[in-house]
Amino acid sequence: MLKIEGLNRSFGDRQVLHDITFDVARGRLTGFVGGNGAGKTTTMRIVLGVLAAESGSVTLDGHALTAADRVDFGYMPEERGLYPKMKVAEQVAYLGRLHGLDRGAAMDRARDLLDRLGLAERADDPLETLSLGNQQRAQIAAALVHDPQVLVLDEPFSGLDPLAVDVVVGVLAEYAASGVPVLFSSHQLELVERLCDDLVIISGGRIRAAGGREELRAAHGTTRFELVTDGDVGWVRSAPGVQVVDFDGGYALFEAAEDAAQAVLRDALARDAVRSFTPVRPTLGEIFREVVADEPELEVAR
Amino acid sequence: MSAPTTTTPTTTPPTPPRATAPGRPARPSTPRLALMVAEREVVTQVRTKSFIISTAILFAAVLVSIVAGALLAGSDDPTKVAVVGTAADVVADMDGLEPVDAADRAAAEQLVRDGDVSAAVVPDEENVLGFRLLALDSAPEEVVAALSVSPEVELLDEPDTDEGLRYLVSFGFGLVFLMSAAGYGATIAQSTVQEKQSRVVEILLSAVPSRALLAGKILGNSALAFGQTAGLAAMAVIGLVVTGQEDVLDMLGAPLVWFVGFFLIGFVLLAAMYAASASLVSRVEDVGSVVMPSTMLTMVPYFGVIFFNDNEVVLNVLSYVPFSAPVAMPMRLFLGDAMWWEPLVALALLVVTTLGVIAVGAKIYERSLLRTGARVKLGEVLRQA
Repeated sequence: MLKIEGLNRSFGDRQVLHDITFDVARGRLTGFVGGNGAGKTTTMRIVLGVLAAESGSVTLDGHALTAADRVDFGYMPEERGLYPKMKVAEQVAYLGRLHGLDRGAAMDRARDLLDRLGLAERADDPLETLSLGNQQRAQIAAALVHDPQVLVLDEPFSGLDPLAVDVVVGVLAEYAASGVPVLFSSHQLELVERLCDDLVIISGGRIRAAGGREELRAAHGTTRFELVTDGDVGWVRSAPGVQVVDFDGGYALFEAAEDAAQAVLRDALARDAVRSFTPVRPTLGEIFREVVADEPELEVAR
Repeated sequence: MSAPTTTTPTTTPPTPPRATAPGRPARPSTPRLALMVAEREVVTQVRTKSFIISTAILFAAVLVSIVAGALLAGSDDPTKVAVVGTAADVVADMDGLEPVDAADRAAAEQLVRDGDVSAAVVPDEENVLGFRLLALDSAPEEVVAALSVSPEVELLDEPDTDEGLRYLVSFGFGLVFLMSAAGYGATIAQSTVQEKQSRVVEILLSAVPSRALLAGKILGNSALAFGQTAGLAAMAVIGLVVTGQEDVLDMLGAPLVWFVGFFLIGFVLLAAMYAASASLVSRVEDVGSVVMPSTMLTMVPYFGVIFFNDNEVVLNVLSYVPFSAPVAMPMRLFLGDAMWWEPLVALALLVVTTLGVIAVGAKIYERSLLRTGARVKLGEVLRQA
């Protein structure tokens, strides 16, 4: 398990990370969510050792990370970057060599990856001649060329077309399934919601929530209920302990405690045929907004 | 960006990673990483059009100057002289004079006027010598000298080097150093900023310590600069030998060896400065202004040595200042006015300065690489604990 504990970091007078603590478990995809400038990139840079923390620690399976451990990390920075004029396969192989692969193995691995990412025909073209989406694929190849044992990806999906998103999702899932801790950040909340096993929400340089997706859903936001019947459900508005959010003929969406909700259901069954009664868990977007609500200046980018 | 974004349908994702890590490659040592960085630096540079073209031009320039030198030196082409009648005997056996027969005095005059000959020798009974010279508007020195009798001159204290050569050598040393340092300095600066601008530096730093990155950059470019200069030198030597100008080589000898030593270390000194200053900015457009101090320090030895090549005091001082030593000290050795220990002291000073600059430069480089946006202030970087 990758454990991040008590990270603090300032730039000049501005403290950008306050006591950042969370875990990235093996075998699970961990999503890292936060607004612009919340501290995601700084945290990831510290995990990668690209930036130093003023205090705090990052440990892998209980021991402090060394440069030798980090060589097995796969990293995709938010600011994408490869050599624009260098041939794609060549630079992916070069990065592989920097991570300790020998020349031949690095080139084989680079070609193999590019082939699987659908870039085989462009492998010997300079990077700058590729479309942005294809450059993004090359970037992914660069992060994976050395078969990383920990994956840290900053916004891996931004700029990808839906097909490429599927490829990357597949890759991440496979890596996680094989026991590699995978941490990735994203602005695309519904994508994170679909993918992640664990969630970390950061805002204003502080961790606002961290844990399993379902636990967070249970702990945050209010549970709502959706009721659909054959008749008119206008009466729900006057039911005790119920706050109706939305209402339209036989459809009602309301907030209520469990008991009150069950009372409403019994009442509804007595009146008409009930087509559906469902608890509606808050979406990640709702949790996110609730959790970061005390940060008024925060831009919630989607 | 014309390439289609989705040429291939979603295929199997890349191979799943190995579950455990017994056979994982070891992290390469810092020197090995530096070598890999250097290798990329060299390969990338050598493949660029600008490198190929500038190298070709340099080699051509050296070749042309050697051939031209040979032609000028060998311009003992006989001077053409028109001869009339009996005057032909006067010129017949003279070295450096080539007789051109003319029918009479009028024909000879015409040849002189047309510029076909430098002078004409015509019989003149009234003169003691029995001939006189005709020339256009000034006395034909060469011909006069050839036809005169002059005493043998023996110099008791023959100077080793003449003024022209002294100037030429200081010019040559200075130029070679200036061109290499400024040219490759700019290359190092460009490559540093390009890595920052393209953001690849962040990926690099996740695998390579900034020290290795800096070392590799300096190493690669130094190897290129030195290789190119050595290639030029080799060509110059071969050219001089082939064209029979070995004597120039004999004169350069030892100072040239010293120059090589000073060049290597002096280059590393400047390279570290260029890399460190370039790391302060994030855009290629800003490189020019930020490397200005380094550029000035590169120019100093060149102009200093050129302007003061006959001023012993200034040259002495310049030969110890680390930035100008690579040019000034070999120059003094060439002139023969440096004691045996002087180059050693200058070299030691240079080495110490270089180590110091590298230490500070590496700090600046390390601390500035990830700071993008506005230019990083030097003081701010150095103050950081």
